Amino acid sequence: MGLKEKVQDLLGNDILDIVEYRGDLTIEVPKSKNVKVLKALKEVEGLQFDFLVDIVGVDNSALYEKKKAKKKKPKGDEEAEEKEPVKEGPPPPRFEVVYLLLALSTNERLRVKIRVSEDDLEVDSITGLWRGANWPEREVYDMFGIRFKGHPNLKRLLMWEGFPAHPLRKDYPLEGQGEQRDFDDCRFF
Amino acid sequence: MAKNNNAPITGDYVTINIGPSHPAMHGTLRVVCKTDGETIVEAIPEIGYLHRGVEKLGENLTYHQFIPITDRLNYCSAIANNVAYEKAVEKLLGIEIPEKAKLIRVIMKELARIADHQVCVGILGVDLGAFTPFFYLIIQREEIYDIFEWYNGARLTNTFGRIGGVNADLPEIFHTKWPKLKDTIRKANDETDKLLTHNRIWMDRTIGVNPFSPEDALEYGFTGPCLRATGVKRDLRKDEPYYFYNQFDFEVPVGKHGDVFDRYYVRLIEMEESIKIIDQAYTMYKELPPDAPLMAKVPKIIKPPEGEIYSAIESPNGELGFFIKSDGTDKPYRIKIRPPCYMVYQAFPELVKGEMIADTIACLSSLNIIAGELDR
Amino acid sequence: MDNWVIALIKVVFIWTWTLLIATLMTWVERRGSAMMQDRLGPNRAGPFGLFQPLADGIKLFTKEDIIPEKAHKILFSLGPILFALPAFSAYAVIPFGDKLVVNGKEIILQVADVNVGFLYVVALGAMAVYGIVLGGWGSNNKYSILGGLRSTAQLISYEVPFGLSLLAVVLVYGTFSLREISLAQQGTFLGFLPNWGIFKQPLGFILFIVTAYAEANRVPFDLPEAESEIVAGYHTEYGSMRLGLYLFGEYVNMYTLAALMVTLYFGAWHLPYIDMSKFLGPVSYGIASFLVFFLKTAFFLWLFVWVRWTVPRFRYDQVMGLGWKALIPLALVNLFITALCIQLTV
Repeated sequence: MGLKEKVQDLLGNDILDIVEYRGDLTIEVPKSKNVKVLKALKEVEGLQFDFLVDIVGVDNSALYEKKKAKKKKPKGDEEAEEKEPVKEGPPPPRFEVVYLLLALSTNERLRVKIRVSEDDLEVDSITGLWRGANWPEREVYDMFGIRFKGHPNLKRLLMWEGFPAHPLRKDYPLEGQGEQRDFDDCRFF
Repeated sequence: MAKNNNAPITGDYVTINIGPSHPAMHGTLRVVCKTDGETIVEAIPEIGYLHRGVEKLGENLTYHQFIPITDRLNYCSAIANNVAYEKAVEKLLGIEIPEKAKLIRVIMKELARIADHQVCVGILGVDLGAFTPFFYLIIQREEIYDIFEWYNGARLTNTFGRIGGVNADLPEIFHTKWPKLKDTIRKANDETDKLLTHNRIWMDRTIGVNPFSPEDALEYGFTGPCLRATGVKRDLRKDEPYYFYNQFDFEVPVGKHGDVFDRYYVRLIEMEESIKIIDQAYTMYKELPPDAPLMAKVPKIIKPPEGEIYSAIESPNGELGFFIKSDGTDKPYRIKIRPPCYMVYQAFPELVKGEMIADTIACLSSLNIIAGELDR
Repeated sequence: MDNWVIALIKVVFIWTWTLLIATLMTWVERRGSAMMQDRLGPNRAGPFGLFQPLADGIKLFTKEDIIPEKAHKILFSLGPILFALPAFSAYAVIPFGDKLVVNGKEIILQVADVNVGFLYVVALGAMAVYGIVLGGWGSNNKYSILGGLRSTAQLISYEVPFGLSLLAVVLVYGTFSLREISLAQQGTFLGFLPNWGIFKQPLGFILFIVTAYAEANRVPFDLPEAESEIVAGYHTEYGSMRLGLYLFGEYVNMYTLAALMVTLYFGAWHLPYIDMSKFLGPVSYGIASFLVFFLKTAFFLWLFVWVRWTVPRFRYDQVMGLGWKALIPLALVNLFITALCIQLTV
C-alpha cells in the first residue's frame, strides 16, 4: 500500500484535497482539525510522521489576483464576462500554513496544508505535539500575522517588537514602508 | 555608586546581555542571560540581527538570480547552500542533471563540508582558550579555498553551479593539489586530535557539558552533527541518498551523550569521511570521458510549472531544505529556507539552563550557529 | 661610592631591565605563538619585528584616555596603578646575580637583601588582586565585575597552596632571605645531583608552578580576562596606557615569578657541577652569574608562553575545585613530609 492510500485510510473525510507532485505528497485538511490530524499522523503505527521539519506560511493573494487576470484575458467577448460572477462565490482563503513532516523510520515525507482566511487568522498551535514548533510558528506569526492559539510565547522573532507590518505578505513592498525611520533606536543624530 | 540609576541587580539575579557584539557570538547573535553568580538561571536567545529578508528577496528575483543570495546563508560553506537550492529548483523543473555535474557537486560540497567543520572545530577551541588548533585547521581551509577560487574566482561566496548542472569543470589545480591536500588535512586533524581530544582540561570542559537526549533532539528538530552526537544515526546522504551517495562507501559517525565533546568529535570524524567520499567521487569522475556534458538541457529563462516542492540535502550543519512554490512565472512565488541551525538554536535555553557562563559559550560554538542562515 | 648611590643604580637598573624584559616578552609571545601556529607574527617594525613593542607602546601612550561616564573615576584610575606597582616592586628582593667586585668593593646583585624577602614577595603578589578588583568594580560593567570576582576567588584560593609550597622551601633552608637560599644551592646533593631546590622539593615545585600560573592569570587560569566568555574581564572598559599598565603588569608579574622559580628551585645563578667563582675574575664572575640567572629565567618565561598556546582554559568551578580539592591537600602533605624529613635528619 502506497503512502497516499495509507494516509487516505487514516484520515478519510478529513482530507479536503490530496496532491502528488514530483514525488511530494501534500494533503489539505480543515483548519480546525490541524492538531488532530498531525497528532494522528505522528502517533499511528505504520505512518509515524514523528519529525517536524518546518512550518511554512504562504500568502496566496497575488496568486489569486493573477489567476483572475488570466481568466479575464482571453475573454474579450462579452459572453465570458457574463459567466464570471457566477463562478466567483466567496473569496478563497488568503493564507496557507504548510507543515512539513518526515517519518524517521521510513524516510517518507508528507506535507499537511491548512488554509487560513483573512477574517479569522487564528490557528491552533502544535507546540504541544512538538516543542520544536515554537520558533517556526513565531516566524509565521512574524511574517504573515497568523496567530497561533496556545503558543507559549507568541512574539515577533526576526523583526523587532513593535514592527508595524508583516513583511512576507504579498502587499508589503520589497523596499519596506519606511519603518527604519520610526525605529527609535536608530536615531543617533 | 549611589547615583547609578540603571541598577543592574534585580532580586538575587543579574541579567547579563551577551551580544550582539561579543567576541564569542559568531556573527550577530544575542543571548540575554539571567544569572545567579556564574550559573545561568534562564537564557533567552534573541535573533534577527542579521535578518536581510532573503525569502522576500527570493520572491522578487528570478530563479538564477537567487543563487548568489544563497551564498549568504551559511557563509562557511556557501557551496552546500548553492547545491541545495539548485537541487530544489531542478526538482521543481523535473530535470535530471548529468553525471559529471553530480560528481563535481559532490566533490565541491564535501570540500565545503570539510571547510565548515574545520571552522567549527577551530572556533570551539578558540572559545575554550585553545588557540593553536584553530590555526592548523584554518591554514588547511585556506588551501581548500584556493581550489574554490580557481573554480569560480571567489573564496567565500562561491555562487557555485547553475540550475541544471555546473558552470565549469573541476579546475586544473584540483588534480594536482588534492592528493597532497588530503594528507595535510588529515595531518591537521590529527594534530587537533592530539592537542585537544585527550587533553585533561579539554575533557573537563567538554565531556558531560550540556548533554541532550535523542528524544528531545528529535522533538526539537535537530539534524546534522548535533543530532548524530546524541546517538541518532540520521544522515540524508544515507537515508535519502542523492547524487550517487548510495554508491559511496562511508560511515556516519554517531555520539552517545550529545554533549559538547560528542558534537566536536563527530565533526572531526566526519571530515575524514568526507575525504573518503571525495576520493571515491574523484575516481568515478576520472572514468567519465573528458567531454561529458556539464549541463542538462535547461531553457534560458526558467519558468517552472505551477506547483510546490520541498527538497533537502545534508549540509554541514544538518538538513538544509528549500520549499519552493512556483506560480508558473520566472520568479518563485514563495521560497522558504529550512536552515538547520534555526531548529537547533531554539533548544538553546533548555541546553544551557543550570550551566555556567563559560559553558554557554562552549555550547554555542559546538552547535555551530551561523547567524547568516539563522536569520536569513 | 656611597652605598645609596649603588642602591640607586641597582634600583634604576632593575627597573629598566624589568621593563625591557616585559616589552620584549610581548614580542616573544607574539613571535613564539606565530612560530607554533605556522604564522609569521609581527615582522615589519625593525629587524624581526623587534621594535613592535615600541610601536605598541607609542600607540598606547598616544591613544585617547577615556573614563566611562558611569565609572567610579577614582577607583577606575587607581586600578591599573595598584596592579602594576606591586608587580614592579616585587622584584626588589629577588637576586639577579651573585656579586660584583668593583674597586675592591663588593656589590650584591640584589636591590635589597631583606631577611623577610619571602614574605614581601607573597604580600605583594596578593596586592595585585586589589588592582583587578577595583578596576573591575570601578568600571561599572557587568563583564568587568565578573572578571574581578573570578580573579578574587582565584587568587584567594591559590594564595594558600602558593604560600604553603613556599613554606616547605623555607623549612628546607631555614631562612626567609632569598639570597641565603640561593647561596645554599651550591654544590651537589646526595653526591650526584646538583644541590637545587627542585631535587629537595619536587612536589613543592609542581605545586608552585601551577599556583604561579594562576597567580599570573595566564592560560589555563586566565579566567579573569577570558575574552571569549566575558569579553576582556576586568579590563573591558580600559584603553590607552591604563590598559597598557594592566598588560605590562602581567608580564612583569611573569618575570618576577619566573625569577622566583629559578631562585628557589633551580639553583639561582649556580651552574650544575661547576663553580664559576673559582676560575673567573671578580667582574666577569658577576656578569656570568647574572647571565646564568637570566638564561634560566628566560626558560621559565618561555614556558609561560609555551603553555599558554598549548592548553585550553579551565572553567571557573574547575579552577576552584583544583585549588581547594587537589592543591591545598597536596601542599599540606608536602609540608608535612618535608617537616618530617627535616626532623629525622637533624
